[in-house]
Amino acid sequence: MKFLSDRALERLREGAETPDLAGTRYRLLERVARGGMGVVYAAEDEKLQRRVALKVLDIPGANGDLATRLIREARVLAQLEHPGIVPVHDVGTLPDGRVFYTMKFVEGQRLDKFVESVPSIPDRLRLFLRICDAVAFAHARHVLHRDLKPANIMLGPFGEVLVMDWGLAKILRADSPPEAPAKDPDATIYETPSPPGNSIETTAISVVTGHGTVMGTPGYMSPEQARGDVEHLDTRSDIFSLGALLRFLLIGAPSAPHPTGRHLDKSLEAICLKATAEAPEQRYPSVPELASDVSRYLDGLPVGARHESFLDRTARFYRRYRFFILLIAAYLIMRVLILFFLHR
Amino acid sequence: MNKVLLGLLLGTVLGAIDGATAWFTPEVRPEMATIIIGSTFKGLVGGVLIGFFSRKVKSLPLGILFGLAIGALLALAIAAMPDAITGKHYYKEIIIPGSLVGLIVGYATQRFGAAPATASVTR
Repeated sequence: MKFLSDRALERLREGAETPDLAGTRYRLLERVARGGMGVVYAAEDEKLQRRVALKVLDIPGANGDLATRLIREARVLAQLEHPGIVPVHDVGTLPDGRVFYTMKFVEGQRLDKFVESVPSIPDRLRLFLRICDAVAFAHARHVLHRDLKPANIMLGPFGEVLVMDWGLAKILRADSPPEAPAKDPDATIYETPSPPGNSIETTAISVVTGHGTVMGTPGYMSPEQARGDVEHLDTRSDIFSLGALLRFLLIGAPSAPHPTGRHLDKSLEAICLKATAEAPEQRYPSVPELASDVSRYLDGLPVGARHESFLDRTARFYRRYRFFILLIAAYLIMRVLILFFLHR
Repeated sequence: MNKVLLGLLLGTVLGAIDGATAWFTPEVRPEMATIIIGSTFKGLVGGVLIGFFSRKVKSLPLGILFGLAIGALLALAIAAMPDAITGKHYYKEIIIPGSLVGLIVGYATQRFGAAPATASVTR
């Protein structure tokens, strides 16, 4: 008997998963990534002759909760027309029964890869503010993302910042359809991490508990989300994730301490701590308020998350007006030298 | 901050400090207030002119040279007026620091300060 190698098995599995696009306007190009509940392919829209990203459930014939969730994700995305949120083009069902939707194909880098090319802290903070813009817009439309993490932020070649993967999004409106109920209180679903070098992202977890369904990514997930307290999730849960994301941008990890022991500015540390407070009521009440504190830091103004001592205020004043202070000091030194030589 | 405003602020502050240093020349101390006001105004005018130049010309050497020239010219105009009490001219004491102020403002406005945004018209 001859056994198939792992590589051959993997190829067979991929072949079986490859969606049948016959009868649709799309032509499959290549597999791009794996999301929370489906696989993303690059495809060509043959009618409009453009490249699109096609997200399809990875289980042929899947229906019920998963299919409903994918359609819901497409609908949530369709409601969120914002430059920082990837636009959805189409939704439908493939001949094999799998639900799919297509969206703008984003050619760029994930935040966790891109950030290595941005050494400046102010530039990273400005990047963070653009992520906040998109999330604040979603919150204004009563949508929680619930899986904000570096792998779900894409940076386009022209500086676009796009918040991706709204598969775990929750609609906060009272008239929204209820969350999928937990069927088996003891069931636990973990998606296995992909091997190093593989572009497929599967670090998000989904755990069904007796309390509710836990979905998200450890380190970026708020404590209430990790407890499965789905009913009490609000915008402050995303604020926790944004705080973890901010810390990642600053130190390369979602939580303290810094892996390399690097010192983080006290005001930025205070902003991170407030955003990621254990109790939701101790966090920023809204994304614009978090963004405002980060903007104030960038402008050299005091941040709301921290009470400053006199020494801190002096240091901040110097940092803010360093250019003027140094120029005036340079002038005074030269003036003293001129006086000295004229009166010698 | 735009280049003109930067030039105005820096020219005014340095001009005021420049005037205040007249205190080190004891014979003109009775006229300190007039000297400080005059020097501040000279710095303000020079700063604005240098700021406008920086908006139009993007060159650090030319910016510094223009600043130096404007500072020297404005200072020369002041120094050409004899002191009301002593009747003396203080060319060196006024022109050298005045040129220095112009040089610093010329450098600062070239190196820092926002250039005006390019206007675009869509029909």
